[in-house]
Amino acid sequence: MTTSTTKSPSTHPPSTHTAAPAADATTAKTAEGTAAAKNASPSKSSQRHTILRKKTGAIALALPVPLVFLALWQLGVQQAWSLPLGIQMGFLPTPVEVARRIADFAVGGIVNDAFSGTLLIHLWASTQRVLAGFAIAAALAIPLGVLMGRSRILNDMLEPGLNLLRPIPVTAWVPLAMLIIGYGDMSTIFLVVLAAFFPILINTVAGVQQVPVRLLEAAAMLGTPQVQTLYKVVIPAASRSIVAGMRVALGLAWVILVVGETVGISTGLGATITQARDMSKTDLIVAGMVIIGIAGFLADRLLVGLIKVLTKGRPTLT
Amino acid sequence: MPRIGRPRPAIPAAIRINDLSKRYGGPDGVLAMDGVTLDIPAGDFVCVVGASGCGKSTLLRILAGFEDATSGTLTVAEEPVTGPSPERGVVFQDYGLFPWLTVAENVAYGPRQSRLQRDEVKRRTTQNIAAVGLERFANRYPSELSGGMQQRVAIARVLANQPSVLLMDEPFGALDALTRSTLQTELARIHRDTGTTVVFVTHSIEEAVYLSNRVVVMQGGASHGIPGHIAEVVDVPLGENRSVTSPEFNEIKRHISSLVHAELTTTATE
Ligand SMILES: Nc1ncnc2c1ncn2[C@@H]1O[C@H](COP(=O)(O)OP(=O)(O)OP(=O)(O)O)[C@@H](O)[C@H]1O
Ligand SMILES: [Mg+2]
Repeated sequence: MTTSTTKSPSTHPPSTHTAAPAADATTAKTAEGTAAAKNASPSKSSQRHTILRKKTGAIALALPVPLVFLALWQLGVQQAWSLPLGIQMGFLPTPVEVARRIADFAVGGIVNDAFSGTLLIHLWASTQRVLAGFAIAAALAIPLGVLMGRSRILNDMLEPGLNLLRPIPVTAWVPLAMLIIGYGDMSTIFLVVLAAFFPILINTVAGVQQVPVRLLEAAAMLGTPQVQTLYKVVIPAASRSIVAGMRVALGLAWVILVVGETVGISTGLGATITQARDMSKTDLIVAGMVIIGIAGFLADRLLVGLIKVLTKGRPTLT
Repeated sequence: MPRIGRPRPAIPAAIRINDLSKRYGGPDGVLAMDGVTLDIPAGDFVCVVGASGCGKSTLLRILAGFEDATSGTLTVAEEPVTGPSPERGVVFQDYGLFPWLTVAENVAYGPRQSRLQRDEVKRRTTQNIAAVGLERFANRYPSELSGGMQQRVAIARVLANQPSVLLMDEPFGALDALTRSTLQTELARIHRDTGTTVVFVTHSIEEAVYLSNRVVVMQGGASHGIPGHIAEVVDVPLGENRSVTSPEFNEIKRHISSLVHAELTTTATE
């Protein structure tokens, strides 16, 4: 049984949309048949124009900074600038060299070494590890987070321990993982699990704790048994927060690859970077970095897209 | 609405409340409500009025099964209340709709939960959406609707469970006057059509007299230093088409008003 007060405007959706009955009636009439009557738009085509103009504007704004950055990079390498912190730009490849290397890495025929045309193999190896680790982390953290968010006792039992574990950087686990698991896929996946687990758990707990009591009461009086409430109401109501945690976790999963694939692994983007370092192929190092960045970005877009598809674009609790 | 000519159901009292009390916050907490005894016959429309803090919501939440009573007994259809149940539908002031479900899915939620046949779920959904006049909005999400429409959905959602009791806590309190009066008329009609027992908490004495056939007037509350309790149960022997300007209507309204008001002046002079 819940112990909420009857009036708690902060914990339940506020009663917005208090339209006058007159407005009610108008909406009812104009909405007849058409599904898109909710925002009275002046015209569809002008709306599209506005969106287009906004997009062009956004591109115009976003372009100059990277272009200047690339130009400075090229210039700095050519003139071997020395930057603060002892950064010697002379050791860097130029953006053009990196672009060449990426092209060769992807399709071959330019540099023609052991790495030519192997991008997909490495990308796929890394993706598999990220996916496996991320899936395990989500499968553990979401149910645990839901239970911790709903059960005071469980939360009080687990939270202190987890809070002690959490500040340990995942990179600090690397030596231990190598010893107790050994070199190879499993220790990399283990590190990805560690990296992805906490963001998902923490966001799930927070989201679940913020589920309005009113929705739980509504579910109860409509005949939902306690356990079913967890997935019928609690998870959907906390989904925004859970997804936010998953996105952070997926990002960290790609980050940890670089250290996770350092030893005893020959395929993977992290492994490529390590090997490139051993061979002093700076262009390949940067190429690997760029590709991990792009892969992480695309993975995030895919996750967001997948969730949109799975939830059929349903509105969440705001 | 009028009970005249309507055969009384076999069960004489749908709700039996006997010496109910509620103390919040442990043994040393505030006694919010005490000694509440009331029988509500099946099919009755009972309104509960009283000053803020007199325990109206507390009583309703105990009826709903959201709170346990501290002492006393409570039965609905001769069964003790042990928790929330689809037999007792609750309509909240703030609707409590599931934002990720469409209107139709919100209404279908209860019947689905009761594992009814697909056809029956569909029938009840369509029927109850129609009963509150939202056919054209069946596939919208709650956030796309006005407050009045959302409250209609909330009413349809509980009606779809065919509850024997409908519990409403200031359901129209957040709505503007016109929407409110439309919904009052609709609710009166729904009550006539379904014969469901209704317990309706409101701040508006006029609303209470307009809707109910009995008004439970509560007094007291923590701010008065005495627990909330029932001061009087006022019969409203008015017919089906009530006029808020009729002398009989205003007679009853004045009486209830004096009960609620008397307490306020006593406290003020204390
Ligand atoms: N969860 C709670 N914990 C502690 N005290 C509570 C709780 N809920 C209500 N109370 C107290 O119990 C008393 C009765 O509250 P209740 O909400 O039932 O009044 P009400 O008649 O519904 O008032 P209103 O008209 O303002 O809605 C009040 O003094 C209130 O402060
Ligand atoms: Mg109240």
